[in-house]
Amino acid sequence: MSEVIHADHHDDHAHGPAKGLKRWLFTTNHKDIGTLYLWFSFAMFLVGGVLALVIRAELFQPGLQFVQPEFFNQMTTNHGLIMVFGAIMPAFVGLANWLIPMQVGAPDMALPRMNNLSFWILPFAFGMMISTLFMEGGGPNFGWTFYAPLSTTYAPPSVTYFIFAVHLMGASSIMGSINIIATILNMRAPGMTLMKMPMFVWTWLITAYLLIAVMPVLAGAVTMMLFDIHFGTSFFNAAGGGDPVMFQHIFWFFGHPEVYIMILPAFGIVSHIIPAFARKRLFGYTSMVYAVASIAFLSFIVWAHHMFTVGMPLAGQLFFMYSTMLIAVPTGVKVFNWISTMWRGSMTFETPMLFAIAFVVLFTMGGFSGLMLAITPVDYQYHDTYFVVAHFHYVLVPGALFSIIAAVYFWFPKWTGKMYDETLGKIHFWLSFVGVNVTFFPQHFSGLAGMPRRIPDYPLQFADFNMISSVGAFIFGLSQVFFLYVIIKSIRSGQPAADRSWEGAKGLEWTLPSPAPYHSFTHPPVVKDEEVLG
Amino acid sequence: MTEQTQQAEIKRTVKKLSLIVLGMCGFAFALVPLYDLFCEVTGLNGKTGGPYVFDEASAEPDRSRLVKVNFLTNTNEGMPWEFWSGQGAVRVHPGQAKTVRFYVKNTTNKPMVAQAIPSLVPVSATEFFHKTECFCFEQQLLQPGEEVEMPMRFIVGRELPKNVGSINLSYALFDITDRVDISAVQGSGLQDQLPAAGG
Repeated sequence: MSEVIHADHHDDHAHGPAKGLKRWLFTTNHKDIGTLYLWFSFAMFLVGGVLALVIRAELFQPGLQFVQPEFFNQMTTNHGLIMVFGAIMPAFVGLANWLIPMQVGAPDMALPRMNNLSFWILPFAFGMMISTLFMEGGGPNFGWTFYAPLSTTYAPPSVTYFIFAVHLMGASSIMGSINIIATILNMRAPGMTLMKMPMFVWTWLITAYLLIAVMPVLAGAVTMMLFDIHFGTSFFNAAGGGDPVMFQHIFWFFGHPEVYIMILPAFGIVSHIIPAFARKRLFGYTSMVYAVASIAFLSFIVWAHHMFTVGMPLAGQLFFMYSTMLIAVPTGVKVFNWISTMWRGSMTFETPMLFAIAFVVLFTMGGFSGLMLAITPVDYQYHDTYFVVAHFHYVLVPGALFSIIAAVYFWFPKWTGKMYDETLGKIHFWLSFVGVNVTFFPQHFSGLAGMPRRIPDYPLQFADFNMISSVGAFIFGLSQVFFLYVIIKSIRSGQPAADRSWEGAKGLEWTLPSPAPYHSFTHPPVVKDEEVLG
Repeated sequence: MTEQTQQAEIKRTVKKLSLIVLGMCGFAFALVPLYDLFCEVTGLNGKTGGPYVFDEASAEPDRSRLVKVNFLTNTNEGMPWEFWSGQGAVRVHPGQAKTVRFYVKNTTNKPMVAQAIPSLVPVSATEFFHKTECFCFEQQLLQPGEEVEMPMRFIVGRELPKNVGSINLSYALFDITDRVDISAVQGSGLQDQLPAAGG
């Protein structure tokens, strides 16, 4: 007991945030760092979005109108890299920073100083990467998958900046993940057993393990590139005994778990929002946990389904085909659980719920096109076409991104103490929903008809689908600028929010005042089953 | 849990996780030899093996079938040499040794070093395709305008799967002048310069 009193005494001296820029530079507060991550990821999201609009503007009509192929390649590459490593991943880390300590009843993250470092590395990493676009020879132009030898023998001179930027992003992610795992494993409030943890915490725990397992592999891959380029090694150079196909194996050994890194926290978010607005407990909590764990495990043994056309024996193709299809089972469990949660619930459709339901529907569509791609013989037709583009944008945009937006609307009152404007939120949702489908749905068709990805020009028969797609992209892009307006307006002049901002919201974070105080849960809260289990 | 014990627990977790990170870094680089080993065992990437020791006197060719072996020659992008094979294809009995000839010519006016890299399809034939002698085990140093004949002696193993009727063997010739010390290639055993690139 004396320790508690001691801690209490200590906290009486703790005060609010420092003033000015220093608050943000030196902060070790999980809420401040979460905010930094979220704003940074939003900035990167807009940058990546501008690149996407350059792509879509060029593809509006066949022929070359705005940019040259060399620049177009830089746009596709950097759009992918910025959205994956700069927008989606940091946004989830930002949400983790804000939510995990509050949801497990901890005062802060386990390693607050490292937390500061893992954020502040990122602006430098992306500064370095984006600066290459203005260098002689241009920036990365080899696709976000940076296959050797495109990224080694034939790379622009700026590739070294790219390599170090990836090293920095990797270091940031690894530190962030260690921090998250250390927090979850050691700092839960008494009584919160592992199987009482909120789903967002569970999904992030597993995601963090995936990150520390595969980010070093990515770092290894770019290090080998660095050696091949500058030190005369031949990891990926056939002339010296290396093998460019090995690059693809190493990359996708990282890359496939990476795509689950970008979706598992989304599963967690949706598992909070749907029960809250269906006013029911999450259906099948235990099966949800096991489903996430199985998806994480399977993600390590399916990587070569990205490489069916590279050349593989029949046994390998069959193995990777069946193991990939197996992922549909735990994913299906999750989708059915969300639907069962809504079944006979007293549902209301506030903005976060709309985004969450759109997530379930559209993510499932992305999952189905993924199943189609998993079928080896037809993958020969779909490989590297717009069908693949449609597939992964369906799981990443209305999948990962919608879940992030849903989370922002859902926890916004807790973060700011203000309620967003429901009408504006709904307008944002419908614009996004229409925009995303108009953009990506036609790409299924152009892809099935054989339009290759990563090309600045295309045959005439794809003109209509591309025009529709480009119109949708501009609707979607502008609706995200509108999102920025909604957020800023709500921060400035939103109505005050209640502590439990949503009638059906459950979890320790809703027991705190709104806005959440700068230091929360300095005494561990009492964990009541009806609160944490919904 | 007191604050001290919590800090100690966090430290322990961080140590364990850092070990995982280090282990995975090591694993990334271990993938390189593992990949080579995997390919060597399975023959998946079409790389044929190194020099094969074979007693021709005791060999008993399988006269019941003939296998067609097609030869393809390519020069890698930016490699100006000419590279061709004496025969486009030969028919051999499994178990019967055969010598074929390849030719290279240095069309430039400077000495250059080249390395040929084989690739074989179907991959199910890779492990049964043996070479007792091959220019691809060595590097070729050619003076300006020099042309040489390069023999390659091979045996298709008798265990070759029955459904394989023809084998395509492709050689890609790479310019490795910048990667080796020319005087050293001339002086010593050629293959000591670089690890034989998969034979």
